[in-house]
Amino acid sequence: MAADVMAFPGVQVESRPWVEILHEWVTTVDHKRIGILYIAYALVFLVIGGIEATIMRIQLLHSHNHFVSPQVFNRMFTMHGTTMIFYVAMPVLFGFANYLVPLMIGARDMAFPRLNAFSFWLMAFSGLLLYFSFVGGSGLYGAGNAPDVGWWAYAPLTAKAFSPGHSSDYWTIAVLVGGFGSIGTAINLIATILCMRCPGMHLGRMPLLAWLTVVMSGMVLITLTPLAAAQLMLLVDRYLGGHFFDTQAGGSAALWMHFFWIFGHPEVYILILPCFGFISEIVPVFSRKPIFGYPVMVGASVFIGFVSMSVWAHHMFTIGMSSYANSFFVITSMAVGIPTGIKIFNWLGTMWGGRILFRTPMLFSIAFLFQFLIAGLTGIMLAAAPFDWQLSNSYFVVAHFHYVIVGGIIFALFAAFYYWYPKMTGRMLSETLGKWHFWLFVIGFHATFDTMHIPGVLGMPRRIYTYEPGRGWDTMNLIVSIGAFIQGIAILIFVYNLIASYWKGALAGNDPWDAWTLEWATSSPPPAYNFASLPVIASRRPLWDLKHPEDPDSRYD
Amino acid sequence: MSAIATALPETSRPWFLPDRGRVSMACLIIAESAIFTIFVVAYLYYAGKSLSGPAARDVLEAPVFYSICLLTSSLTIHLAGRFLARGQHVAFLTSWVLTVVLGGLFLFGTGQEWRHLIYQRGFTISTNLAGTTYYSLVGLHAFHLTVGLVLLLIVLIFALSGHVGRDHAARVEVLSMYWHFVDAVWVVVFTVVYVIGR
Repeated sequence: MAADVMAFPGVQVESRPWVEILHEWVTTVDHKRIGILYIAYALVFLVIGGIEATIMRIQLLHSHNHFVSPQVFNRMFTMHGTTMIFYVAMPVLFGFANYLVPLMIGARDMAFPRLNAFSFWLMAFSGLLLYFSFVGGSGLYGAGNAPDVGWWAYAPLTAKAFSPGHSSDYWTIAVLVGGFGSIGTAINLIATILCMRCPGMHLGRMPLLAWLTVVMSGMVLITLTPLAAAQLMLLVDRYLGGHFFDTQAGGSAALWMHFFWIFGHPEVYILILPCFGFISEIVPVFSRKPIFGYPVMVGASVFIGFVSMSVWAHHMFTIGMSSYANSFFVITSMAVGIPTGIKIFNWLGTMWGGRILFRTPMLFSIAFLFQFLIAGLTGIMLAAAPFDWQLSNSYFVVAHFHYVIVGGIIFALFAAFYYWYPKMTGRMLSETLGKWHFWLFVIGFHATFDTMHIPGVLGMPRRIYTYEPGRGWDTMNLIVSIGAFIQGIAILIFVYNLIASYWKGALAGNDPWDAWTLEWATSSPPPAYNFASLPVIASRRPLWDLKHPEDPDSRYD
Repeated sequence: MSAIATALPETSRPWFLPDRGRVSMACLIIAESAIFTIFVVAYLYYAGKSLSGPAARDVLEAPVFYSICLLTSSLTIHLAGRFLARGQHVAFLTSWVLTVVLGGLFLFGTGQEWRHLIYQRGFTISTNLAGTTYYSLVGLHAFHLTVGLVLLLIVLIFALSGHVGRDHAARVEVLSMYWHFVDAVWVVVFTVVYVIGR
C-alpha cells in the first residue's frame, strides 16, 4: 500500500522499484498485509471456482449437452467444491479476521506475526499444489488429471484401485497442508484475542466479530484436525498399503464418512460464524443503534459452536444407521435452529425502531437476513430423516447448501467488503456500481438457487453430467444457468469496482460510516503500528464515548 | 497518523491478560487431542475386525519398562522447570539431560518393538487391519515424541552454551506442557493398544 507515503504538494514522491514492493509483500509479517494477501488470494480462487461452476452450468443448460465430457464434469464439481470451501471461503474469512481483529481489540499485531505469515503461505502453496494436479496429476499411470472423487472423496472411491494415478493424492495432500495452515491461524487468532486486548477491553466489551472469531477458531481446532487425521489415514492406505478404508480387508467406508462429516458439517458453521460477526458489526452502524441483546448473541454463538459438533451424521441418514442414531442427529440438527433463530431476532431487534441507512453494506446485510432464514428453513426440512431419505443427494440439497453458502456467507462477505474497503484502502467503493452489483446478484442468486429446489424435488440427482429430456428438468436447468450468468456479471462489476475505486474512489477519511469500534479510530489505511498509543476503552462502543462525551456508553456499562 | 485518545480513562485497575505462549500451546494440545481421538476411535472400531491374522493379542507385548521411562521423564522435566525458575542451573541441566535420555530410551524401545514385530513376526502396516491401526496410532505418538525430543535437544544446546536462564523459565514451561501432553497421550495409547485392544 502507498499508505505511508504522504502527499505533499509540489513534492515528487519517488516511486520504488516493483521488486522492492514485491519483496515487502512476500516477506511481510504485518497482520494487515497478510489479511490483504489472504483476501486477494481468495478472490483469485473465487474467479477460478466461478469458472468451474460456469462450465458445469453450460453443460447442464439443456439435456444431452456435449460441452464437456463426463470425466471433465467430475473434475469440475470436485475442484469447484474443494476450491470454494478451502481456497475461497476459509482464506477470505481468515483474511478479514487477520485484518480486523487486532484493530478491533486495540492491538498492534497478532500474537505471533511470523506464524501468521507461515500459515498464509502454507495455505497459498497448498492451493497451488491442488491446481498443479491439472499438469502433474497423471503421474506414471497416465490416468486422470485433476481430482475427480467429489469434495467428500468417499471411500472406497479414493482407493488405489479406483483412483489410480496421483489426482487423489494431490487432493489429499493439498487439503491436509491447507488444514495445517488453518490450524496455525486459528491458534494465532485465539492467542491474539485472549492475550492482546487493549486495557479495558474485557471479554464482555469485545466487538461481536472478535467473539465470533474466537468461537470459530476454537471450532477449527477441534474439527479441522479430524479431517487431517482422516487424510493421514487415507495416505497410509494409498502409500503404505494400509487398510483403514479398504472394504476388502475389513475396513469401513462408513468410517470415512463419519470422519469426513465430523469435519464437514462444523465447517459450515466455521464459515458462517465470522459472517454473523460481520452482520453484527454492520447492522447496528446502519441502523444507528447499538446491537440488541449483546450477551445473548455471545451465548448463542458459543451454543452454536457446541451443538454444531454433534450434528454431522445428518449427512448420512441414507447409509442405514440405527433409529436411535437417526433420532439423535435429527434432534441435534433441529436444535441448531434455536440459537440461529435467536440471532436473527436480535438483528431484527437491532433494526427495529432504528434510523436505517440503505447503503450497499446494509443492502447486502438485509438480503443476508432473508436468505439465511430460508436456507435455515430448508435445512430444518432436510434435518428430518424421512424427508432426507427422499431428497438426499438431489438438487434440493445442492440448492439448500448453496443458499447457505452464497445467500448467507457470500452476501455477508460482500457486505463486509463494502463496509471495510474504505478502511483497507482509504477509498470508498462506488455506491452506484455497488447498487448494480447488489441488484444483479440478488436477481441472479434467486433465479439460480430458488429454481434449483424444484428439479431436486422432481428427482434430479446431483453430480450428473447430463439428463434425459422430458422429465420436467429442462426449463428449470435453463433458468438456473441463466441465473448463474447474471451472478457472473454481478461479480465482474464487483471486481471492476474493487479495482477502479482503488484509484478513483472518493477519499474515505478515518471514519466514513460514523461507526463505533476501534478500527475506525485510526487512519485509513492504518499505519503499520495500528495505534500510536494503545487505546484504553471503557465500553463496547469506544468511539461513541469519544464522540458523545455528554452521554457515554461507559456510564451504563 | 492519528491515534485514538483515551476516551474516558477509568480508574486504573491492573490489566492482566493470559500468557500467549501457554494459551497457544493449550490450543495446540486441544487440536492434537482431536487428531489422536480420531486415531483411537479407528483403533477401537477396528479391534478384532481383521479378516486375516495375526491378531494384535498374538503379537503385541506391553513395553512396560519403556513406558515407565516415559512417564518418569514427565517428572524430570517438571523438576527441570522448577530448578530453572529458581536459578539452580546445574540441577536444571541434569534433569533436562535425564529427560532427554528417558525420552530417547522410550523411542529406542518403540524401535526395538517394531523391529521385532517386522522381522521376527512379519507383522507390518499392510498385513491386516490390526497392523494398519497399530502402526498408525503408535507411529503418530512416536512422531510427536520425536518432535518433542528435537525441541528438548534445541533447548539443551542453548542451555549448554549458557543461553538459557531464569528469564526463559516461562518459555521452557510451554515446552514442558507439550511434553506432558505427549506422555498423557501415551497413557491413553497404552491403555487402548495393550490393555483394551488385546
